[in-house]
Amino acid sequence: MISRREFLQATAAASALVLGSGLGPLGQVAAQQRLTQADITQFDALGRLTILHVTDIHAQLMPLHFREPSINLGVGEVKGQPPHLTDAEFRAYFKIATGSADAFALTSDDFISLARNYGRMGGLDRIATLVAAVRAERGADNVLLLDGGDTWQGSWTALKTDGQDMVDVMSALKLDAMTAHWEFTLGADRVKAIVDAAPFAFLAQNVRDNEWQEPVFEARKTFERGGVKVAVIGQALPRTAVANPRWMFPRWEFGIREEDIQKQVDAARAEGAAVVVLLSHNGFDVDRKLASRVKGIDVILTGHTHDAMPGLVRVGDTVLVASGSHGKFVSRLDIDVANGKVGGLRFKLMPVFADAIAPDPAMAKLIDQVRAPYAEDLQRTIGRTDSLLYRRGNFNGTFDDLICNAMLEQRDVEIALSPGFRWGGSLLPNDEITWEHVTNATAITYPNCYRIEMTGQQLKEVLEDIADNIFHPDPYFQGGGDMVRVGGMGYAIDIAKPAGARISDLTHLKSGKPIEASKRYSVAGWASVNEGTQGPPIWDVLAAHIERHKVVSVTPNNAVKVLGS
Amino acid sequence: MGWNAGKPSRREALGLAAIAGFAALLAPRLSFADQQMVDAELKKLYGDKKFEAGKIKLDVPEIAENGLVVPISVEVDSPMTEADYVKAVHVFADGNPLPGIVSYKFSPACGKAAASTRMRLAQTQNIICVAEMSNGSLYMAKANVKVTIGGCGG
Repeated sequence: MISRREFLQATAAASALVLGSGLGPLGQVAAQQRLTQADITQFDALGRLTILHVTDIHAQLMPLHFREPSINLGVGEVKGQPPHLTDAEFRAYFKIATGSADAFALTSDDFISLARNYGRMGGLDRIATLVAAVRAERGADNVLLLDGGDTWQGSWTALKTDGQDMVDVMSALKLDAMTAHWEFTLGADRVKAIVDAAPFAFLAQNVRDNEWQEPVFEARKTFERGGVKVAVIGQALPRTAVANPRWMFPRWEFGIREEDIQKQVDAARAEGAAVVVLLSHNGFDVDRKLASRVKGIDVILTGHTHDAMPGLVRVGDTVLVASGSHGKFVSRLDIDVANGKVGGLRFKLMPVFADAIAPDPAMAKLIDQVRAPYAEDLQRTIGRTDSLLYRRGNFNGTFDDLICNAMLEQRDVEIALSPGFRWGGSLLPNDEITWEHVTNATAITYPNCYRIEMTGQQLKEVLEDIADNIFHPDPYFQGGGDMVRVGGMGYAIDIAKPAGARISDLTHLKSGKPIEASKRYSVAGWASVNEGTQGPPIWDVLAAHIERHKVVSVTPNNAVKVLGS
Repeated sequence: MGWNAGKPSRREALGLAAIAGFAALLAPRLSFADQQMVDAELKKLYGDKKFEAGKIKLDVPEIAENGLVVPISVEVDSPMTEADYVKAVHVFADGNPLPGIVSYKFSPACGKAAASTRMRLAQTQNIICVAEMSNGSLYMAKANVKVTIGGCGG
């Protein structure tokens, strides 16, 4: 017999529903090469309240290329459900024309020619223009601007200024509230200092002092916008202490804390909130499950998994918004409030095409100022790429392959392990590789590239453990990012198998021989979560490799065989 | 009554060095308990009596942030009167070297049957919690806690 919980989840899956085709007419306009700012901001306004959402900007102040994944597998109930659709399946689901601006912004195939055609996306000065346009149209008192986090990390300038460049820019954007994940890797003291001084709210209901279980941050804030009370509850990445170095914030613990979210929702309603928003860094699948279990949330603004969807997903009475990453999109959600509750919703995922949107002059000036002390470094050419370099994908990306090749050569090891981070820009064939590009893929506060020995058994255990963090059928048991990237070793993975039984056929690529469980192999890696890890920063390892080769080429990686998808 | 976490042993420290890229797996090469050992413990306590579902609210994280100190909270629904109260709560783990985690004894004077502590978990495993009521009825709840080596986060 079907349990109540299963029934709710089945209902949730069945009711996953596209409410509006966000980018609709854009594709046609773009096909005629007349994409304008007016096309992007065009919106049939609804009600009085507008929520704007950005997330996972990863400190990208400037426009860039970011190729969406070609492999993004869902497991269990979400298999084949959005956002676990790519390329032709994604375009069919969201009714997007092949070769259109939407196709370029949201899918990965034909990326190189479309990128040359449509140009870069993002840039905080362009985002500022869109935000100002919506505030002008709707009235600033009716607009709420929210950021899902992963904002203060991901660039050389953010690293060098301990996130201050992004704090200054987001303050100038008049951000209302944010939540967090990578922000915590600046260390507890720095995060607290920023939060104490910032003009925006930093909301995280699920961070607790691990001795007394006291809240570390404000859990929610109520805003008066559009003539109603809008309660925003913040949810930081629940797995921050597992996915990132816990020693950087040793007194804080995280977790999903579903019941505490319910309490926040109930308290917000009791205080008269007409609209309740969860500003979340849970990741889409966790939020989809949460929406089926916590009652009374109107909108979940999702983050962490970098999904961009030109439509809403509905679970019961809750809608989920997925606004992408790297500043490529700004989501606009108009809400009509009737009788003290949400009456109607209208949504658009606004694509930030850098060539179509005029930069906001004041923001452009501020960005110049925060980058000026580092401008010479950022522009320095390290080499050139022959191949498309990108990050995103469940198992590998060509930029990760390049980083693994750098570790294999520079650290003289048999096997290289590179973390499955989802952030970092893409480069087109024949692009110069500058210091900015190198650090956009590597800038973290724990960059040391270690060199150790591991047995074949340990290598398998590491792969199994990380695979379970991605492919556990219950999203509440999933961890942080994508699969660890591997250089020098191939393997097969059956994502449908249980923990401990997914990984097989480990192969030492150079010799073609199977990896032996008891044999020791030399291994290099970076982004260790352990304190005191020794080795040069990964950006120096990568830059040295590129300088040595002058022009780098990455051949397609066929070393991971995927089953069960 | 709580679990004494202590410092990592030398063997664990070695394990930590060996897989430096990731947090250490906490399990040294020992033999571990399993469901049969938990069942044997339950049989010692309660013979062949049957356990019902319900009454117990077992709160553990899905994923342990630190396997050395995993928080656990238990609360059993009971009026806690002389006529109807919770006598004892026992917590077991089926993947530690020894299955016993903690046992609590209650009386009506406790007011409510609730307790929290921290436990050390060597690996991903099930936490089994049983409650003995004053009328002799028995309840059981189970939850899986994942102990991961971490890293690679998003």
